[in-house]
Amino acid sequence: MAKTGTTLLSEILRRDQQSILSEWSRHQLGSISTRRELMSEAELSQQSREFLSVFTTAIGTNERIDANGPIWAPVREYLARISDSRARLGFSPIETATFVFSLKEPLFERLRASARDPQTLADETWNATLVLDALGLYTTEVHQKSRDAVILRQQQEMLELSTPVVTLWEGILALPLIGTLDSARTQVVMESLLQRIVDTGSSIAILDITGVPTVDTLVAQHLLKTVAAARLMGADCIISGIRPQIAQTIVHLGVDLNAVTTKATLADAFGVALRRLALTVTKAASAGAAAPSSANAKGPASANE
Amino acid sequence: MERIPILKLGDCLLVSIQVDMHDRLAMQLQDDLTSRIAATAARGVLIDISALEMVDSFIGRMLGNIAAMSRVLDAETVVVGMRPAVAITLVELGMSLPGVRTALNIERGMDLLSATPDIRGNDNGSPVG
Repeated sequence: MAKTGTTLLSEILRRDQQSILSEWSRHQLGSISTRRELMSEAELSQQSREFLSVFTTAIGTNERIDANGPIWAPVREYLARISDSRARLGFSPIETATFVFSLKEPLFERLRASARDPQTLADETWNATLVLDALGLYTTEVHQKSRDAVILRQQQEMLELSTPVVTLWEGILALPLIGTLDSARTQVVMESLLQRIVDTGSSIAILDITGVPTVDTLVAQHLLKTVAAARLMGADCIISGIRPQIAQTIVHLGVDLNAVTTKATLADAFGVALRRLALTVTKAASAGAAAPSSANAKGPASANE
Repeated sequence: MERIPILKLGDCLLVSIQVDMHDRLAMQLQDDLTSRIAATAARGVLIDISALEMVDSFIGRMLGNIAAMSRVLDAETVVVGMRPAVAITLVELGMSLPGVRTALNIERGMDLLSATPDIRGNDNGSPVG
């Protein structure tokens, strides 16, 4: 019984391929009219034609319809490719799934026209619904996966972008931290900082946490880990950019930052770093002054940025 | 059995670890180094681990122990040239080697040792035990 139904469907598909294709394309163009800028008409009709041909081949095998079976693998593969490319182009999941679901209308119309009795029509419609629903849901799933992959990639890119290590002076590195510090980021921060310490031979690193919104025990622990690792390499760390609220939080949490030099601002920390390297910053002599600027001025270092 | 050479450089002892450390080698080094410090009355020990690619908690503890032992024998220990990966591993193992002084390379380590007001002209550390 089911066999005859499937036969009818494949027969229709083979016989009316051209007209189904044109009708289907029209449906799709109607539904994605706002998305013309993302995809050309020619591309769409090419995809429709190719999908319909693999679909016809799969249904023509007269096997029991199972959209997850091996016979349907080429159809699934083709759909996966389409969904993937559409997800990247910025289509919504509904728009992607509509590609498959919109095939129902032209197909059912022809079934109604060629079915001999209500029983056949019902069976046949059921079969077609079953397979098209499965394929439609499959496109949604692939679409979702592709979006997830895009998000993951962006996350990683952001992770790398958000941890620059800058050289403030010969031997002084600064690491302006922006955003929340979690384990994964600490790892990236630590690795890039230590690598830069080796590359530049710096002996002082300033961790600036002005851009870190909250400091909890975990963040503090991550900071201390970074400091400890830098120390093992032979570089001193200064933590700067501690806002008053953060200072309060740190004390209330009972985090011990005694082993680390801490400063309120990056400028202060830079001053400390200069002093440790026995460097001084002096004001250039003004035009009125007789003596040219001298680097030998003694006295406490003052950092001007 | 292979040994890690200990070179005498003025008042300092220089240990360059060029091979993968295994536990027995580490113990051997600990023995050799303490006896050399005692014999030469060295005031500083430089341990270069720039060639060391892998550490475990044992090697980490050994570095800490060597530093502590040298201090008892009145010699400053500076560990130099630790690789970033090694530093991260040690920190993740929870060993930040609090008693050990560190420097980026041998040169800095030497500077650090000579800058320490260690050579104060008083009695040099007599061997203990």
